[in-house]
Amino acid sequence: MTRSEKATGLTLASLWVAFAAFAAATILGLYQVIARSGIFPEIQSPQLYFGSVSTHGVLMAFVLTTFVVMGFGYYSATSSLRRPLWSASLAWIGWLVAVAGVGLAAYPLLTGQASVLFTFYPPLRAHPSFYIGATLLVVGSWVWCLQMIMMMLGWKKENPGQPVPLVMFGTVANAIMWLWTSLGVAAEMLFQLIPWSLGLIDTVDVGLARTLFSWTLHAIVYFWLFPAYIAMYTLLPQAAGGRLFSDEMGRVAFVMLLVISVPIGFHHLYMDPFQAAGWKFLHMAGTFLVAVPTLITGFTILASLEIAGRLRGGKGLLGWIRALPWRNPMVTAAGLSLLMLTAGGFGGVVNASYAMNALVHNTQWVTGHFHLIFGGTVVIMYFAIAYHLWPKLTGRQLVSEAMARVQLWLWFIGMLVLTIPWHVIGLLGQPRRIGSKPYDSPLVEQWLPHEHTMITGGVVLLVSALLFVLILLASHFGRESETDTELRFAEPIHPVLTLPRTLNGFAFWNLIILVYIVASYGYPITQFFLLETYGALPWSI
Amino acid sequence: MHINRYEKTWIYVTGVLTAVMVGVLTFYAIANNIHPPSNVETIDSASLHLTAEFAEENLGVKTNADGSVTVTLVGARYGFYPRRIEVPANTPLKFRMASFDVLHGVHVPGTNVATMVVPGYVSEVNTVIPTPGEYTLFCNEYCGLGHDQMWSRMVVVDNGSAPQ
Repeated sequence: MTRSEKATGLTLASLWVAFAAFAAATILGLYQVIARSGIFPEIQSPQLYFGSVSTHGVLMAFVLTTFVVMGFGYYSATSSLRRPLWSASLAWIGWLVAVAGVGLAAYPLLTGQASVLFTFYPPLRAHPSFYIGATLLVVGSWVWCLQMIMMMLGWKKENPGQPVPLVMFGTVANAIMWLWTSLGVAAEMLFQLIPWSLGLIDTVDVGLARTLFSWTLHAIVYFWLFPAYIAMYTLLPQAAGGRLFSDEMGRVAFVMLLVISVPIGFHHLYMDPFQAAGWKFLHMAGTFLVAVPTLITGFTILASLEIAGRLRGGKGLLGWIRALPWRNPMVTAAGLSLLMLTAGGFGGVVNASYAMNALVHNTQWVTGHFHLIFGGTVVIMYFAIAYHLWPKLTGRQLVSEAMARVQLWLWFIGMLVLTIPWHVIGLLGQPRRIGSKPYDSPLVEQWLPHEHTMITGGVVLLVSALLFVLILLASHFGRESETDTELRFAEPIHPVLTLPRTLNGFAFWNLIILVYIVASYGYPITQFFLLETYGALPWSI
Repeated sequence: MHINRYEKTWIYVTGVLTAVMVGVLTFYAIANNIHPPSNVETIDSASLHLTAEFAEENLGVKTNADGSVTVTLVGARYGFYPRRIEVPANTPLKFRMASFDVLHGVHVPGTNVATMVVPGYVSEVNTVIPTPGEYTLFCNEYCGLGHDQMWSRMVVVDNGSAPQ
């Protein structure tokens, strides 16, 4: 296949947007952790702080993620199916729409007219172009979803009865999940925030807006996580010198993540007064189900690594761990990612716990948690994906694997130094989303030493982030050309000969999701049209 | 389709593990009657001052006939009003809160008091605080550029009530 048939240009264009956004956002992150500690009072400014937090959130959670998902998806689709994009021109249009959306949102963000954080919080009102830009980014991602689905369907038509490659099965599972889950925020934008910010309607029902946003809010995290899991299942076993333990269980895990994750954002509403306790309780059970695909993934990945370690001569109960090729960035990243997933998963169980949540809700514990899980577990795998793909995309060797390893370890260490004290100050009651601490409370003294530690973490993370971008830049324009530009995916130990149709397509699962989402969100949304509700007028920040 | 037997065992283990976690939480929710604040009650935040309950002169701490205490608060940029309240220890407390303007959240570290305060809705939290002392009501939801400034004081006093 030629480079253009593999969508190399589009992949590189997507990944560069993602990583440029990432580098900028890391600089803002360091500013925020220093400003909040209060050691330099002269840099404290609410305008600057909340503008920075809003921009950091949008860049990391929306721009970095969406463009990595799209870039990695396009390249693994063309490589695994060995066919060009369904419509290359439409894919480029999608990229342009998404980039234009980022530009539209950037203007009010950088001028302090959208300091409403990346989660919007009506009835605080931002400049309309912030909402329109964010919506266009989502529309661009829908184009990607369509491409992935059409490519899989086209391949299946030409290869009747053949198992869809696991990497493609996972990518399409993510595309379908994103289509389902982004409907919530799309409805909030189109029917509430955009017309309201333009003055076409006077008020928004905040309860309805928060309920719609919750529909998107947790599954979006799995949208970000999917590429990390896909890399663990389909790139890691080979990088480690082994084979995938089970292709089928990978499919089961992807399907479970797809079906289970769509309605679980409701747990973000535990502390909201406008939803009844019974619904919160049911959604707790649904949230805990996500533990199952996560633990299945943990088993399959560790088993695949054990196979690799033993093939490389590792002996004994744990000797295979030593025998793994830790020099390989993909192996290092995956090992560190799984450690952070284990720690972060524990925190997640606390958050998901129906009543225990009251003790940590909207404290710094939660910000610590999602930085560990997303910034740690997920983003470190984005690095690994970039290092793995870069020589294939650019035709140039990575300038230094050793530097890449250092970068990954710095990220891991920085993330722990940042997030462990972050969890602690949360347990000590520090509220979220504050830029200073003008409280007359003995707690403030207890927070201080932890906040100083966090600054160290922030510095290490910034160094690691800049090193990452530097390695990619130097490699992209490097001299040493790479001959092996074929992207290969892990072979399972047992080849997949027959598959039930439900593990080779999504028609059945779409039906299940439809029933599940109606059962989960039908009444909680409908109630706002049955109750006598009062909309909220817009407020400036 | 091929599933390794260790993997099969592991799937059962994860199933049991999940069921046990949900089971424990269910048990405590029912046995100790612990539920998140969920009273589904609407109010027009733009005219709080016209309601009997949230008019300024009716805010604060009131002792009910049965000895329990109701605390009525309004969250508004940037404070929970009244800014200072005094409540008894070891006494059933019912907090009733409404927002005057935007989204707020209240959390009182050291107690179980936590809820979002959402414009258009009334929040209700029921608890008993065993330890006398000074507590802080922090706003924990971004409500504007002055969000950090939003806090109020709660003093829990020992009035001789027996521990509940």
